[in-house]
Amino acid sequence: MNTRSIASLLLTTALTFAAAGVASAQDKTVKIGALSDQSGLYADLGGPGSTLAAQMAVEDSGLAAKGWKIDIISGDHQNKPDIGTAIARQWFDVEKVDAIVDVPNSGVALAVNNVIKEKNGVYVNSGAATSDLSNAQCSPNTVHWTYDTYMLAHTTGQALVKAGGDTWFFLTADYAFGAALERDTTAVVTSNGGKVVGGVKHPLNTPDFSSFLLQAQSSKAKIIGLANAGGDTTNTIKQAAEFGIGKGGQKLAALLLFLTDIKAIGLETAQGLSFTETFYWDMNDQTRAFSKRFADKMKNNAPPTMVQAGVYAGVRHYLKALEAMGGNSHDGVKIVEKMKSMPTEDDLFGKGEIQPNGRTIHNAYLFEVKKPSESKGPWDFYKLVGTVPGDQAFTPLSESKCALLKK
Amino acid sequence: MRLAGDFQGTPKGPGAKSMQALYAQLLVGLINGSFYALLSLGLAVIFGMLNIINFAHGALYMMGAFVAYFLLNLGGINYWWALLLAPIIVGIFGMILERTMLQWLTGLDHLYGLLLTFGIALIVQGVFQNYFGSSGLPYAIPDQLKGGMNLGFMFLPVYRGWVVIFSLIVCLATWFLIEKTQLGANLRAATENPTLVRAFGINVPRMITLTYGLGVGLAALAGVLSAPINQVRPLMGADLIIVVFAVVVIGGMGSIMGSIITGFALGVIEGLTKYFYPEASNTVVFVLMVLVLLVKPTGLTGRAA
Amino acid sequence: MTTLTDDTLPVTPRAIRDEMIVFVVMALLLAAVPFTGVYPFFVMQALCFALLACAFNLLVGYGGLLSFGHAMFLGTAGYCSAHALKVWALPPELGILVGIAAAFVLSLITGFISIRRQGIYFSMITLALSQLLYFIYLQAPFTHGEDGIQGIPQGRMFGIFDLSKPTVLYYVVLVGFLAGFLLIFRIINSPFGEVLKAIRENEPRAISLGYRTDQYKFLAFVLSGTLAGFAGALKVFVAQNASLTDVHWSMSGEVVLMTLVGGLGTIFGPVVGAFVIIAMQQYLAGFGQWVTVIQGSIFVVCVLTFRRGVIGEIAHYFRRSL
Repeated sequence: MNTRSIASLLLTTALTFAAAGVASAQDKTVKIGALSDQSGLYADLGGPGSTLAAQMAVEDSGLAAKGWKIDIISGDHQNKPDIGTAIARQWFDVEKVDAIVDVPNSGVALAVNNVIKEKNGVYVNSGAATSDLSNAQCSPNTVHWTYDTYMLAHTTGQALVKAGGDTWFFLTADYAFGAALERDTTAVVTSNGGKVVGGVKHPLNTPDFSSFLLQAQSSKAKIIGLANAGGDTTNTIKQAAEFGIGKGGQKLAALLLFLTDIKAIGLETAQGLSFTETFYWDMNDQTRAFSKRFADKMKNNAPPTMVQAGVYAGVRHYLKALEAMGGNSHDGVKIVEKMKSMPTEDDLFGKGEIQPNGRTIHNAYLFEVKKPSESKGPWDFYKLVGTVPGDQAFTPLSESKCALLKK
Repeated sequence: MRLAGDFQGTPKGPGAKSMQALYAQLLVGLINGSFYALLSLGLAVIFGMLNIINFAHGALYMMGAFVAYFLLNLGGINYWWALLLAPIIVGIFGMILERTMLQWLTGLDHLYGLLLTFGIALIVQGVFQNYFGSSGLPYAIPDQLKGGMNLGFMFLPVYRGWVVIFSLIVCLATWFLIEKTQLGANLRAATENPTLVRAFGINVPRMITLTYGLGVGLAALAGVLSAPINQVRPLMGADLIIVVFAVVVIGGMGSIMGSIITGFALGVIEGLTKYFYPEASNTVVFVLMVLVLLVKPTGLTGRAA
Repeated sequence: MTTLTDDTLPVTPRAIRDEMIVFVVMALLLAAVPFTGVYPFFVMQALCFALLACAFNLLVGYGGLLSFGHAMFLGTAGYCSAHALKVWALPPELGILVGIAAAFVLSLITGFISIRRQGIYFSMITLALSQLLYFIYLQAPFTHGEDGIQGIPQGRMFGIFDLSKPTVLYYVVLVGFLAGFLLIFRIINSPFGEVLKAIRENEPRAISLGYRTDQYKFLAFVLSGTLAGFAGALKVFVAQNASLTDVHWSMSGEVVLMTLVGGLGTIFGPVVGAFVIIAMQQYLAGFGQWVTVIQGSIFVVCVLTFRRGVIGEIAHYFRRSL
């Protein structure tokens, strides 16, 4: 073989590789998996609504018209970490999914986090509360949207202590999420000059809270902090009303409460509650317009919860990053880096950014539940009390234990 | 256990537990016990008469609460009528279940009844979840039972007081019906020896169907009673069913009085646990069950399995 | 009370030979999985549950003891293996041994407490014990509550086999499953197994023949619990996490379902049942909220129409024990 033929061979090889490189850069197929609780405790705040939100994000991105092919599939993790990881693994291995979104339930969310890191996918979590996703267990493949325990504790805790609620009693769900919420809130309360006078840990899914409420009542604390979620929170609130807790001068602070929870409790009982969310459908024209489109497609015409809104915003941002990169490289770390380098902006959360630890920073709002007389529609529930800018609401980078920050 | 004298006056947090607070916990426990009693009573009736471990009990309890909700919101029918109508409606549903499915399992191992009713529970819960979501619907306390009274050691919502008294009456009435009346005697005889009872001209299958309806109706009644206290949620019964099972086992499978007494007693013990070691309040029933079964292999009043 | 199993089928040397043939076919089919394009993780998961269901079936199908707390062995072994692998950094083979040992000790204790109870009371006391364990695992710091133990290293089996490679892991799990299955198969067809069946059929008669039935039942319980622990330890490598799900009572219920769907007291039934149930969880996921309804309907249909389970019905049709 002479030098010429070797040279031509090398050239062809190089060309082939280059062609392959170009092809992958221009690969415009994307597959997104919406992994959620489709039938259990969190199905109303995530579930089918989250899948819808992801679909709307794809439609609104307008990428289909630009030659992109974007598919969305959905799965039910049934709130079991091993089912969640099995689905995630299968999605990457068989379905060739690029990104997984939503994933409520902290236990499942953390388990899935490991799989996505291993498979170098993209993880846009909106449903889970654990601040570990962007802290101790942060990952270069993960972006955590919408909320976390730190933010909930800080926003609600600070506002209530400043408003004079300086003695606290906690009703805490006896699992890691509840403990984290209580721990973070206690820190805020004490650093603002308040005092925690007591607390009680209750098992998950307790049907009756009267025992605990009696203990809270006799503690004479000004604020009863509910470090629990879902059915536990709604039952506590309902039964607190029954035991006349509001009338005795004590105030309930639900640390994690969703729009669907308020609907479930009813305004009559829920009125006056203060809590924090990062999205409410009735904030401005953009949120109203989006929520109307969303509600029209929902089975019970419910507007989006903040988790569903977070899925929408997260998918929009993910697609923006892909568009800016000119194609889907299927390389999760690179795509997430790109997502972090671009400021976030959308109709639902406004302007924000993604910190190096994967935490999305956007405004948090303190709401109060309206009186029945003030409510003008079936989902008109909230009164805006205060706005906390994102940089004050979420974990400061200096306090974060995320390994990504040490580079 | 702390002495009462140590903490007279205002308690200061969880460490300060007064005797007064203890009374309050006991009373609250008794209230919860009345739900356990009603539910386990229904289970015991069904087990005693049909030999079926009714896993669908929780789902039927949930249906009771939902029927009350629909009666109020669609038909404008109030709580008091719901107390009567919901058990009848759900009871009829139960009788249809018995006629179409459960009766085919006569004479088979318990396991099949358990599995079948478990399947039914999944279907019922799934359908409700599909249409009403998982977070639940509100149901207000009826006006006549709103408010509360100060008992000195605690604030007792009137509704809770009503729950205790009403369920106690229902429990005792059911016990009377089954243990002391001719109808009850026929029923018990029919399960002991169906052929013989049939020979006396009694329609045994119909009696069994009615019994199932009665047990299910009791579950639905508990559902209506709990609707104003708890959220009306599709999974409200799923969380409860295992505890209620334990109550029935501790009381002795199939024993009517056993399950009533155990139901109330468990409520009280749970109340005490919520006071001294709240994290374990969902688990204490199982500790109790292990202890009871170690000492009395067939429950407190039960017969051999 | 009628028994749960189909007793009309004879166990003859010929039947055992037939069963061996079916076993070899099953083993070959499973060994071929990585070449077929079937997703191996799904099969691995199913294999772990199949082993669990077989262990459970040893107790209920042949011993007549319906445990409603078998999740405690699965979960305990899972947690202990996971802890050994992640915190103590033991190699895989030792990690598995730790899990098995934990399940063995647990089954000694729980067996001692529960074995003298009859019928439904036995089921209930095992349920109660497993609920107690659930509570302990919820509270114990080493399990990390509902977050579970995550990101468990898979390591190298015997220092040679790299378990992070799906194909290698698959064969390790398969060998584990087949070993466990063969052991159970051996036990069932041993004199010990015959005595167990005799006790199941008529305990007073077995006692009158001089058998100390409690000891036989106790041994069956310990074997079943320990093998269930083996399944739990294997599962750690597949799922790479250990969580409260594995100790929850609904997992115990799931094992009952698998065994029943496949065929109680049949040798291959639990394997088929496990595959059916795991496949349902996987492939019905697309139906979203209707999954529970579909599952419920399957159980109802199963109980009403083919009570012997998939394998049980087939065996009954061919009048062979399988």
